[in-house]
Amino acid sequence: MTAHDWWIIAPELAAAGLAALLVIADLALRNKRILAELAVIGLAAPLFFSLNLWFGWYGDTTDPSALFGAITADRFALFFHFLLIGVSAAVILASTKYLERMPGLRGEFLALMLFSMSGMMMLVSAKELVAIYVSLELTALPVAALAAFHRGARSVEAGLKFLVLSAIASALLLYGMVYIYGFTGSTNLEIILQRLNEIPSQPDQPFGSYGVLLGVVLIVAGFAFKMAVVPWQMWVPDVYEGSPTPLAAFLSVASKAAAFAVIIRVLYAAFGSEPLTQDWSGLIAALAAVTMTVGNLLALSQKNIKRLLGYSTVSQAGYMLAGVAAVSANSGSAGFIAGPQGVLYYLMGYAFTNLAVFLSVIAITHRTGNELISGLNGMGRRSPVVAMLLTVGLLSLLGVPPTVGFMSKAFVFSAAVNSGLIWLAVIGVVNTAVSAYYYLRIVRAMYFEEPSSDEPIRADLRALAATGTAAAGVAVFGIGPWFLLKLAEESLTIL
Amino acid sequence: MFTGILTATVFLPAAAGAVIALAARSDQQVRWASIASSIVTFALSLIVFSGYYVDPDGVRFIDRFENWIPIPGLESQYLLGVDGLSAPFILLTGLLGMAAALASWRIRLRVREYYLWLLILTSAVMGVFASLDLLLFFIFFEFELIPMYMLISIWGTGRPRYSAMKFVLFTIFGGAFLLVAVLAVFISTGTFQMVALPSEAGSVIQGIPQRIAGADLIAPAALLFSFFLIAFAVKLPLWPLHNWLPDAHTDAPTAVSVMLAGVLLKMGGYGLLRINVGFFQETKGFTVHDAAGVLAVLAAVSTLYGAIVTIRQTDMKRLIAFSSVSHMGFVMLGISAIAGSGAAASGGLNGAAMQMFTHGTITGLAFLMVGLVYDRAHTRYIPHLGGLWRKIPAIGVFFLIAGFASLGLPGTSGFVSEIMVFLAAFEVWSFAAGFAAFGVVLAAGYVLWMVQRTFFGPGPAKGGMSATQYEALEDAHPFDMVPVLALSTAIFAVGIWPRLLTDVFRTGIEATIR
Repeated sequence: MTAHDWWIIAPELAAAGLAALLVIADLALRNKRILAELAVIGLAAPLFFSLNLWFGWYGDTTDPSALFGAITADRFALFFHFLLIGVSAAVILASTKYLERMPGLRGEFLALMLFSMSGMMMLVSAKELVAIYVSLELTALPVAALAAFHRGARSVEAGLKFLVLSAIASALLLYGMVYIYGFTGSTNLEIILQRLNEIPSQPDQPFGSYGVLLGVVLIVAGFAFKMAVVPWQMWVPDVYEGSPTPLAAFLSVASKAAAFAVIIRVLYAAFGSEPLTQDWSGLIAALAAVTMTVGNLLALSQKNIKRLLGYSTVSQAGYMLAGVAAVSANSGSAGFIAGPQGVLYYLMGYAFTNLAVFLSVIAITHRTGNELISGLNGMGRRSPVVAMLLTVGLLSLLGVPPTVGFMSKAFVFSAAVNSGLIWLAVIGVVNTAVSAYYYLRIVRAMYFEEPSSDEPIRADLRALAATGTAAAGVAVFGIGPWFLLKLAEESLTIL
Repeated sequence: MFTGILTATVFLPAAAGAVIALAARSDQQVRWASIASSIVTFALSLIVFSGYYVDPDGVRFIDRFENWIPIPGLESQYLLGVDGLSAPFILLTGLLGMAAALASWRIRLRVREYYLWLLILTSAVMGVFASLDLLLFFIFFEFELIPMYMLISIWGTGRPRYSAMKFVLFTIFGGAFLLVAVLAVFISTGTFQMVALPSEAGSVIQGIPQRIAGADLIAPAALLFSFFLIAFAVKLPLWPLHNWLPDAHTDAPTAVSVMLAGVLLKMGGYGLLRINVGFFQETKGFTVHDAAGVLAVLAAVSTLYGAIVTIRQTDMKRLIAFSSVSHMGFVMLGISAIAGSGAAASGGLNGAAMQMFTHGTITGLAFLMVGLVYDRAHTRYIPHLGGLWRKIPAIGVFFLIAGFASLGLPGTSGFVSEIMVFLAAFEVWSFAAGFAAFGVVLAAGYVLWMVQRTFFGPGPAKGGMSATQYEALEDAHPFDMVPVLALSTAIFAVGIWPRLLTDVFRTGIEATIR
């Protein structure tokens, strides 16, 4: 490895190093209360190395590719580095109080989460199938352990469910990768694209051959697990319900963002030329339509807020997939918004939104211990600030203007309409209308229902800061979307 | 370009509401400061309207910030402006916003929040009429849901949460189609600008109506037209999408019913005029003229169905709510005259626009009066009432004025708009217009019958108020009369001198139908 390679993978190494450091600190330090603070401060290191790669302050970073082309630190990867680091910091900040309920395990919790984060950072940087597979495993295994953290029956069930399903999904992914490798003789995404255009193809078969089609379907299925796309959604509500809420927040945002990053990269880098795009666009569009509809319908009857939010993230994944499917025929040339740009903006906005929602839920439920929607009754009076932040987040999930959720949906659906998928946009917006019912039900519980007790709930200051920042992002980037859009645009120049 | 007066008119209520909610020390301060800010808003809207009335020409009072979303693919501007079509509705929103704030002075429950939401609602509705950027229009159009949901849920009566949720779901359902259509129109034309505007250099920047003419659209024009139609028909509301209206109107607090019937329904009609009529003039393959027959039938059904259901109502508020369905049918009938000759088309559209303005003032007044009756009698159940005239004659007089205007008595504004609609529609769709005319006859029936059963007769019927309660009824407080007088003035002013509005509307409509 050259010095250049070290600079390129420095963010991932720093993240993993931080996680290892936390394990040691947990053993060495007497005062374990500062572990969380240590973790948040420590995140400055991977952030610094990522910024360094973006701006090119130190070292030789002109060529973003490293380790013989397996890893790249292009703008696209860095965009997700920032997102992942920000999300992790917010989740850790907001869960310090929550972690106090598990005094012996604080260090492990943080370390496992950061290991998973370093896997995600690697995942978004990988542009070679084996590297993708390895980093995907690195993200999944710590999560399985974290899901079982409470050691109760539900928690263990959640962990086991995640582990088994994740293993099946990995197997499918690997199987698909083998097919692609068999047809193209390479695991490098760019070379795959080259070879696919070279090898003789049957024009009547999708992707030029049913074999490649099978490979693509299997790969998409493997990632679909991570994105929580139907039919891989069934683990979501159980895991969200059984695992510690901070983990659910982390999973719903960071894990999903990483999975979307890698599917965008694989589809656009390895299958991004003209006849191929049309082939997978239809597949993804169908997945999107089914996912948003099923997620929404299942969310309607939920009573547990974490299960409800679990199904809500499923339907949100459906909206995002609509953006992935929107490979517009005239993107670039006509200057219209490309689907992926909408997805990146959506993911950023969704990170703010879902963090605002989950962190508010953590702030309330870890005091009341009641995770039913009716447990939020009267929170508008008992905890007005948190209730307001939660409302802002829910309105953004629903997509009410002028929140960031509205802008995201507008961008994604406009990309869909632009690439001729007007039916998908219609299904999407009708689903949005349906989702009003269950999002507003939470608002209704907080503001219009009578609470069981009038005792005010005071939120922890650090948690409030993290939640407030997320909610402020929802409003600011909804009213003034240009900064995020520029960032997304710049990140996509490589595709 | 930035004159600032429209921006001030749109955002002053919400900004004032926020400042008041944070800074006011007592409920009393909240009340008076909110009322004062609504009066200032009305004054601003009056300045905008009279400024346009004096010199009705094109688009005026433009506030424009081009780089709101400068990204290729969603180039939306912050663009406010008024033309002949929107100027009267700006005035209407200012007027009813003021009336609603004044009429809420008896609210005692969570006063701070109440006025905050009411003022935000005024801002959102004002924004709908002032926006000339289609995305901005959509944003205001949807945003209005939040304050409305809160206002009905918290301060409503009856089954407020059910009604509020129903209102939200219906409107969001329509809004969903609106969003797709908005995006499709943008992608087809490359602009969100709803009208042509002069540029700094003196040339003309084409808006959607010019660019969409004859252009290849991303989806069939008929499909986009029907998407817009669904969205606005929910709001108007038009049969068979009217279902949310009676519940929401009945369960909302008085002032909110005034806003709901007075201006929120007009957002639907305004959208029909500006978008369904304005954009689909020369579209390829399908124009608004092709749909006029369907619109006429829908209008006739809406009018008759609404009127027949209205007669059967026993709750005063529900009765007025259902009469709105019937009266909004006239708006659609006027629009359907677009298929006719130049004079009939422009007359019909003008009538439709007039009907919206007059219905806003008339129904607003009717809801105010029902609210005053309910405050005193504590019931709106018609068979339990009776003989109110003897105890509360002042309320009775203005109730009668609202009723007469509603059934279209000459001298009131209701007469002017109905005659305009029917003159035009009869020429083009004589059958549908003939049927719809029965709606007017039935209106006389339900209005007079209600007045007779509630205000006249010997006294309250069995099961209603006791004799002591009846004797203790007090007539309106002078302060209650302020909004009542304001709306009555508008009704008579337009009834006696309709050119006040028709001249303004005409400039807007002529520019629209070209």
